[in-house]
Amino acid sequence: MSKRTMLDKIWDAHVVEQAEGKPSVLYIDTHLIHEVTSPQAFAVLRERGLKVRRADRTFATMDHAIPTRKLAFDLWPTEAAVQVQTLRKNCEDFGVTLFDLQGEDQGIVHVVGPEQGITQPGATVVCGDSHTSTHGAFGALAFGVGTSEVSHVLATQCLMQEKPKCFAVNVEGRLGPGVTAKDLILAVIAHIGTGGGAGHVFEFRGEAFRSLDMAGRMTVCNMSIEGGARAGMIAPDETTFEYLKGRPYAPQGEAWDRAVFRWRELPTDEGAVFDREIHLKASDIAPMVTYGTNPGQAIPVNGDIPDPESMSSEEEKRATLQALDYMALRPGSKIAGQQVDIVFIGSCTNGRLEDLRAAAQVVRGKKVRDNVRALVVPGSKHVMKAAELEGLDRIFQESGFEWRNAGCSMCLAMNDDKAESGKYVASTSNRNFRGRQGPGARTMLMSPSMAAAAAVHGEVVDVRQL
Amino acid sequence: MKPFDRVVSKVVPLRADNVDTDQIIPAKYLTTVSKKGLGKGCFHALRYQEDGTDDPSCPLNQPVYQGASILISGSNFGSGSSREHAVWALTDYGFRAVIASSFADIFYNNSLKNGLLPVKLAPGQVEELMQLAQSKPESKIQIDLEKQTVVSPEGREYGFSIDSFRKSCLLQGLDDLGYLLQMIPVVEKYEERVAAGI
Repeated sequence: MSKRTMLDKIWDAHVVEQAEGKPSVLYIDTHLIHEVTSPQAFAVLRERGLKVRRADRTFATMDHAIPTRKLAFDLWPTEAAVQVQTLRKNCEDFGVTLFDLQGEDQGIVHVVGPEQGITQPGATVVCGDSHTSTHGAFGALAFGVGTSEVSHVLATQCLMQEKPKCFAVNVEGRLGPGVTAKDLILAVIAHIGTGGGAGHVFEFRGEAFRSLDMAGRMTVCNMSIEGGARAGMIAPDETTFEYLKGRPYAPQGEAWDRAVFRWRELPTDEGAVFDREIHLKASDIAPMVTYGTNPGQAIPVNGDIPDPESMSSEEEKRATLQALDYMALRPGSKIAGQQVDIVFIGSCTNGRLEDLRAAAQVVRGKKVRDNVRALVVPGSKHVMKAAELEGLDRIFQESGFEWRNAGCSMCLAMNDDKAESGKYVASTSNRNFRGRQGPGARTMLMSPSMAAAAAVHGEVVDVRQL
Repeated sequence: MKPFDRVVSKVVPLRADNVDTDQIIPAKYLTTVSKKGLGKGCFHALRYQEDGTDDPSCPLNQPVYQGASILISGSNFGSGSSREHAVWALTDYGFRAVIASSFADIFYNNSLKNGLLPVKLAPGQVEELMQLAQSKPESKIQIDLEKQTVVSPEGREYGFSIDSFRKSCLLQGLDDLGYLLQMIPVVEKYEERVAAGI
């Protein structure tokens, strides 16, 4: 039998129909939805008189547009409130499970899915959100779709898809002290470029990924899309099974044992061939900081901001010039020492308990620098509760951080959490696009411990030297 | 979906790589529950200055490009967020086609589902058309989906590729949902097979 990649195995198991000259009809096991990209899809169902075909495979939460200030309901822009009400009504009318803002299970869709055990190895998972790639950390094929495709999955549980190619990202060895999953994925994206993975699914391989906990693996897969790949995946192993066991939607009892046997067959066969492959060494990776306006424009914290004149192509030169102009950063200067005005710790990339612990460890007993505004936004209500049980909320608040409710918050500036024009934001989120965190805001992406250190020092510092 | 066969239009040059969907439509416009009216937020940060007035340096604001329904840009167009609102914003603004040297995967798919034609050309060809759009803004080019060609005013022809299934859907204005709904009996059999562990 031919050697197959994990992508091949999951893909083959989900092809419902393959007609000549047409894309595959791919079965979707799990559909996650949220308030922003679903209303127009439900509208299609209503127009055509269709039902949600498998409401039991569909789960909803509220995260993008909601406020995260405590008791901030009065701050709601009317449109966002309408959007949340629309999701409530759609879930009620179509029988979809909703992790409501009022309940205990609400949070960012890519934190909630894994936390509830909804995300499982070998499954196909989609959501109207590009960071759906997060769920690939469990050895699932998970990718973001547009709202039209949300309506297709709601109505038929299927999508028409061309099979993507497979791109093996091998990183050997373990990360050094102070170097995290965030730095690892930023280094990978800096290596291949922000569009480098287009048309592919990443398979992250090697000890650097194997040795990460599930939170770290989710951080890595989350940012696959920032390298241009719709999905990223890591083979399931004992770490995966241990994380999932006993979670509300995970199989129980005998069904669990059977599932684990099945999941153990998922990893790529030895000798299987990838369409593309790169090899990096973990020991070469330092804490990373972005200096530009796409996530591929990242450098080691001890590195120099690149000089556009040194770029090989006209396009790169132009892109770097435009980025540095927007960021108001000087070519050739150090990124370390760059002033920081706002610190945002949270998002589907780095809003999990492990991320908050890492940040709290840095700020414990220290104060946020004067003139720095710092906020921590847990990825879900469960993360928030667990952090509060450990006293992390007190550590953050005593240092001068704001402690918020769960949501996407300043990652995409859809609610009232926006960075002001011209301000430098040390952010644990995933995108440093122009205006992403607010019109004119200047984002520098980094790990939770690096962002925490930036809050305390008021500038970018190398967390390894603290 | 509005069928696409051919478009003849002036071309708006947007000289940048990695134009992400946050730039095409900022998140503050995503609180709508409708697909309509997003054109007003299309390229908001490029079109308007901080005081809310038009930025005259933006080609979209220059009178010569008014009424254009083709946009041309660099590589990795439509990267980032999966928001289909980016496509709805472009079509609501009046665009029927985008020419670029490469597109982000999700944006490309979303375009095809809304009758917005993504035309991928080689970087050198994009550069030729970009220069034409900048130096002779009045020039109209033709995009013919049936023939899979872009034709410049001087008659220079650039071929582009597109998946044959997607092409026929665009030409006929068909979306995937009709086809998928016909597949339901096959889907049910698939589900039975999986449940039985076959």
